[in-house]
Amino acid sequence: MSVASRVVGNWGSGVLLAFSAFLLAGCSVESVDAPAAKTGGEATGAVEASAGEKRIQVDGSSTVAKVAAAVQESFTKKFADTKVALKVTGTGTGFKEMIAGRIDIANASRPVKDSEKADCQQAGIELVELKIALDGLTVCVNRENDWLDTITVAQLKKIWAPGSTVKTWKDVDPAWPDVPLSLFGPGEESGTFDYFTEVINGKEDEITENYSASADDNVTITGIAGEKGGMGFFGCAYYFSNRDKVKVLKISPTDSVADGVEPTVESVRSGAYKPLSRPLFIYVKKSSLAKPEVLDFAKYFLNEGQAQVETVGYVPLEEAELATVNAALESAVSGAGK
Amino acid sequence: MSVAGGELAGSIPPVSFTLGADGQIRQRLRLSRGFMWLCRLATYASLLVLAVLLLSIVWNSVGRLRWDFLSSHYSMQPDRCGILAGLWGTFWLVLLTATFSIPVGVGSAVYLEELAKDTWLMRVIRVNLSNLAGVPSIVYGILGLTAFRPLVIQLQSVFDGRHAVNVLGLFRVRLLKLDIYDGSVLIGAMTMSLVILPTVIIASQEALRAVPSTIRVASLALGATRWQTIWRQVLPASLPGIATGVILSISRAMGEAAPLMMIGVLTVASMCPGGIESPGQLLSDPGRVLSVPFDQFTAMPVEIYDWSKQPDPQDRFTAVAASGILVLLAVLLTVNAAAMIVRYRAGRQLRW
Repeated sequence: MSVASRVVGNWGSGVLLAFSAFLLAGCSVESVDAPAAKTGGEATGAVEASAGEKRIQVDGSSTVAKVAAAVQESFTKKFADTKVALKVTGTGTGFKEMIAGRIDIANASRPVKDSEKADCQQAGIELVELKIALDGLTVCVNRENDWLDTITVAQLKKIWAPGSTVKTWKDVDPAWPDVPLSLFGPGEESGTFDYFTEVINGKEDEITENYSASADDNVTITGIAGEKGGMGFFGCAYYFSNRDKVKVLKISPTDSVADGVEPTVESVRSGAYKPLSRPLFIYVKKSSLAKPEVLDFAKYFLNEGQAQVETVGYVPLEEAELATVNAALESAVSGAGK
Repeated sequence: MSVAGGELAGSIPPVSFTLGADGQIRQRLRLSRGFMWLCRLATYASLLVLAVLLLSIVWNSVGRLRWDFLSSHYSMQPDRCGILAGLWGTFWLVLLTATFSIPVGVGSAVYLEELAKDTWLMRVIRVNLSNLAGVPSIVYGILGLTAFRPLVIQLQSVFDGRHAVNVLGLFRVRLLKLDIYDGSVLIGAMTMSLVILPTVIIASQEALRAVPSTIRVASLALGATRWQTIWRQVLPASLPGIATGVILSISRAMGEAAPLMMIGVLTVASMCPGGIESPGQLLSDPGRVLSVPFDQFTAMPVEIYDWSKQPDPQDRFTAVAASGILVLLAVLLTVNAAAMIVRYRAGRQLRW
């Protein structure tokens, strides 16, 4: 610092200050007129330089993000000049970003809502829905829970419905012990939450007040494992990787316990595990399909990318269904007037 | 640990009284010894917690912490997952944050301490600086999201390759065409500057206040101007203190995740800002640096947070997260070591 002061000195710094202020005051930004021969060359050069780097903007569900992260990893190995910018904020926020026109692909763990679709239309954005995988939603209880293997949807509703009055397991079914119920699950920003509330409570976003919400499924699992009367729900990937920590329940869509089905890869894919298995989607902005890198990515997702679905704990689509989705993409591309 | 204990014992000379039967003094000595042990226990307890934490992180990181962890991108395969993008992201973020916050912060401190008159406005500013230092960083994140993001995105209309800067009507400098992305390093650095500015200002103020007023008076008495006094006497004298404050604030900027997640940085990043993935590229293609401030990025704490949330049967992502924490700690320690060197050298040069 002392060196600097010796060099610049009192006068020098004053002059420098005055000069830079003078320069700043005299500057103005103006647009350059129609490109001349020389500047035109410059402009194309710049465009080419930026075209060398293609980027796909993706945002949305954390559930789908795991698949997307794995798929983009192998995708960028094949298409080295394309980068996938992946953010994880939740299905609802993903659609908001889509409506704001900031992203090419919205990851969603539920189908798009009518209100979101309407907002997209208003913003002049058309969505192409692509089903990319299946997810089972599992309901788990504490490992010490020995009174329960299968639960019916009606019982689930009794526990989880808004304004539910059950405090102990005995309140749900007199045959069960007098152990206090503690409920855990994801919060309302989560697609898993939307899906569970819609299927079980019949109305989306409505749920009992007596449960601990957390955006982190690990917190939910720890909660269930820590309370004898604990119960909670999350995506099947989390269950498959935490099998030893909690006990999974068979779900019966009817009132008969005998109809209970355990969540497995097979039962989710076949649809036998009802009603808590769900499709996962990516929603591609139709106008973005005109960009070759986005189209490549969408195609990759539905073909080579399917191999990644299983590695991250979800259930890949069956061949026939995959063909249908591929056809939907093709028709969207030709419809986009490419 | 033993060094600290030795110093503690060494700083209090052994006391021996030969007053024999005076029970009061013996009780006082006992009390004093008891208090020393209490203090010692407090020190050791915090060290113990730190040691346990570090050990458990090191223990957890076994299985992933190898050299290629530093040179790999995000991966869903824990064995191949690395922190490269976060490392570069944090580097650029901190560099830009420092560029913004050091001149503004030190300048504000000099003004508040050396130049400003003691008006009610100055008092309000001083009080509020301390308040601002206590504001949770996520609040600044919201500010960055609503104030800085639109501002930076507006730049796209200028940097579209069709605009030029007219300097005094003499010549025109054509502006580059740059891709300005949402959640860019620039937005992050502006937000992070807000987070650390109050701390930088307060620390610099303290350092300036510690300079004896005799130095100022002597300098002025010898005919130096106010500017000369500040630039040649006060600032060099307070440099060690200012440097410490600045580096501690920078460390904080490195560890913050919340404001960055608020402004929408990448979660899964397979790219580094400006496409610069190694120091070699920095030298071979320096033009890329221009696009760094406007590029998307991720930072180490954001990646660590994401890894710690990944479910994995064999806890292999825990190893990834722990490795990330160790890398972050290593970077922080390096920066703090740099602060110590700056302090030492600047302090040594001080001769009055």
